[in-house]
Amino acid sequence: MATTERDEISGQETTGHEWDGIKELDSPLPRWWLMVMYACIVWGVGYWVLYPAWPHMSGYTKGVFGYSSRAEVAADIGAANDARKVFADRIASADLETIRQDPKLMEFALAGGKSAYGDNCAGCHGSAAQGGKGYPNLSDDDWLWGGSLEVIQQTIRYGIRSGHDETRDSEMPAFGRDEVLSKEQIDQVAEFVLSLSGQAKDAAAAQQGAPIYAEQCVDCHGEKGQGSREFGAPNLADAIWLFGRDGDSIRAIVTNSRKGVMPHWQGRLPETTIKQLAIYIHALGGGE
Amino acid sequence: MPDDKMTKLEALAREAVDAVKPGVEVAEGVQRADVDAVNRKEERSLYQRRARIHPKRAYGTFRQLKWLIMVMTLGVYYVTPWLRWDRGTGPDQAVLLDLPNRKFYFFFVEIWPQEIYLLTGILIISALALFLFTSLFGRVWCGYSCPQTVWTDLFIAVERYIEGDRNARIRLDKTPWNFSKLSKKFSKHSVWLIISVMTGGAWVFYFRDAPTLLVELATFQAPMAALLFIGIFAFTTYALGGLMREQVCIYMCPWPRIQGAMFDEDSLLVTYRDQRGEPRAAHKKGESWENRGDCIRCRQCVVVCPMGIDIRDGPQLECIHCALCIDACNAVMAKIGRPPNLIGYETFRNLEASKAGDYAPVRFFRPRVIVYGVLIGALSLLMVYALLSRDTLTLSILRDRNPLFVTLSDGTVRNGYTLKIINRAHETRSFRVSITGVSSSKLAIVGEREAIVQVSADDIRSAKVFVSGPPPADGKQSMTITVTDMKDQRTVGEATTFRGPEK
Repeated sequence: MATTERDEISGQETTGHEWDGIKELDSPLPRWWLMVMYACIVWGVGYWVLYPAWPHMSGYTKGVFGYSSRAEVAADIGAANDARKVFADRIASADLETIRQDPKLMEFALAGGKSAYGDNCAGCHGSAAQGGKGYPNLSDDDWLWGGSLEVIQQTIRYGIRSGHDETRDSEMPAFGRDEVLSKEQIDQVAEFVLSLSGQAKDAAAAQQGAPIYAEQCVDCHGEKGQGSREFGAPNLADAIWLFGRDGDSIRAIVTNSRKGVMPHWQGRLPETTIKQLAIYIHALGGGE
Repeated sequence: MPDDKMTKLEALAREAVDAVKPGVEVAEGVQRADVDAVNRKEERSLYQRRARIHPKRAYGTFRQLKWLIMVMTLGVYYVTPWLRWDRGTGPDQAVLLDLPNRKFYFFFVEIWPQEIYLLTGILIISALALFLFTSLFGRVWCGYSCPQTVWTDLFIAVERYIEGDRNARIRLDKTPWNFSKLSKKFSKHSVWLIISVMTGGAWVFYFRDAPTLLVELATFQAPMAALLFIGIFAFTTYALGGLMREQVCIYMCPWPRIQGAMFDEDSLLVTYRDQRGEPRAAHKKGESWENRGDCIRCRQCVVVCPMGIDIRDGPQLECIHCALCIDACNAVMAKIGRPPNLIGYETFRNLEASKAGDYAPVRFFRPRVIVYGVLIGALSLLMVYALLSRDTLTLSILRDRNPLFVTLSDGTVRNGYTLKIINRAHETRSFRVSITGVSSSKLAIVGEREAIVQVSADDIRSAKVFVSGPPPADGKQSMTITVTDMKDQRTVGEATTFRGPEK
């Protein structure tokens, strides 16, 4: 563009760019605007000097102020922890029932419990404590080991078959694998178990299973199949089934046995967090 | 630069056409002003150096109107935070934007975060009103009531009071620095700064109880945020109103660009009636007014212009339609015995018609005016309805989706709901929660023995509600959760669903 074109109407030079007959004017910028740009450049250079800016072989320029966003985050977390300390200390010293009676403490415990649950428990028990096959639902009213605050806290603390000295432990025999019961007997006892919740299809088989149940199962699962929290033995007469409610699932368990494992959290989570978790689980809807 | 030469040449050529030197008596008793329209298009070059504009004081109807509007707008701005309003409980400030508690107070209206749409409505109505006035009367907002215009006007008035009118100010700027100049400039900037700090100071009173904050400011105990915002607003007022002035309107404000699309040929705009003014020429005493225009090239319209333009060049982006050139020209017309309003509010349509010797009356009722008017009316009605139908009790229900339902040991299912109950009454109220639509169901509220939720005055409370019952036949069933105010038995219900396993 050797020659510049001048727009007739405005008297302004054009940039030489044209779209469908519309030409772009090369309007002058106010000088103060240019000055603002220079000022921004100076500001930018100042920023390089004052703040971390340039990477080099073994790191980066730290800047005169020594600012670090990492340190700022650490300070923020520290401040948040300090702000929480008042509540955390009260939670540490108060017993579970006291916490439940105090709305402020309860709110704090529920929030902390929810967050700790998401980090540590949701992997097995599900994001909303809905559980899954083999992993108990924590929001219903059916508890293997008990659903009161203290019992929940104990379960979290020591785990189930976790290897901790205080762990909850129990084991169902593998009646089929260890050849205690024959295949036919297993079929019969399974039919009897189904009859406890009104699902049996073969009444004769169920009747034949009754004495086998009374001999082998009743000690843990109870006369009416109501289960036992002492041994963590599931209730066989209700609508909730940990490993499936159909005959095949029941036969498979009687044959080979099954058991769940939950780690102990004592030593991994602070005692206050375990308290918060117990309160949170208890408040999910099924707490006793 | 060649650009500069071209513009200089053009300017010179123009001056040659203008033919007469400044200071000359262009008609009896009227002197030609020594002024250039610095922002006239020919005067611009790349990276233009800003030419200082020293607007002369205008006298006339529109100047009076502008003073009146300035007093009114500034008065409203400074006085409003000090108005009191007795609400029984809560703050007694008539207009208060209580950000920490997330409540806005406007006299008898109290806006909660859930009702922010009321604020949105006011903003939309304001925008539409701006469109309406712009299509009727051009940039009246810019010319009379824009804060930039009002504060600039105030700052120019201060400048004039301290340094004198235009000629005195030009002389002062040209004189070398001495004590008198230094003291004048110092007092001018001091007064500007005081006004600026007061502007920022008034702003923060809208966000905190004004008398309390004033005491806090006086005893150096004001919160940091208040000081920060006083600082920001003091700086912007001083910089934009005192130093930047017309540069803000020309280069920084997007509104002039938008407004170009809102005028039409029936908008009343500040216009030089060239049909009547041209050909312009100086007028000697006793000379005939035949075969010539009424414009006597006195440049009084240019000398009063705060934007540094020549209205006789036609409609321009820089023109804020402040109408001061009308005042200036009318004063001259009166002096030389010609009819007023050589410059006046005029429509393009009539301007064209007058060239054909015709007259086109102003058409106020045009499609766009009607559309804007109807929209404003409809929105206002909607807002009034929303305001009047507001209840002191609001309920919203959030159904648990994770899990959708929980099967209980007896075969029934349990659904969870989070109720948010807003109690706008200025006293604590108890609400009974009940359900309809699900047979043989049970309702329990977490943390409560009975199905009763207590909400404190002016508060919002969320309650977790569990409903359990036999699984619905199709996997889901509609139900309604109802909340009853136990004091006056008013009820609010919201429909939701009750779910169970799908068969």
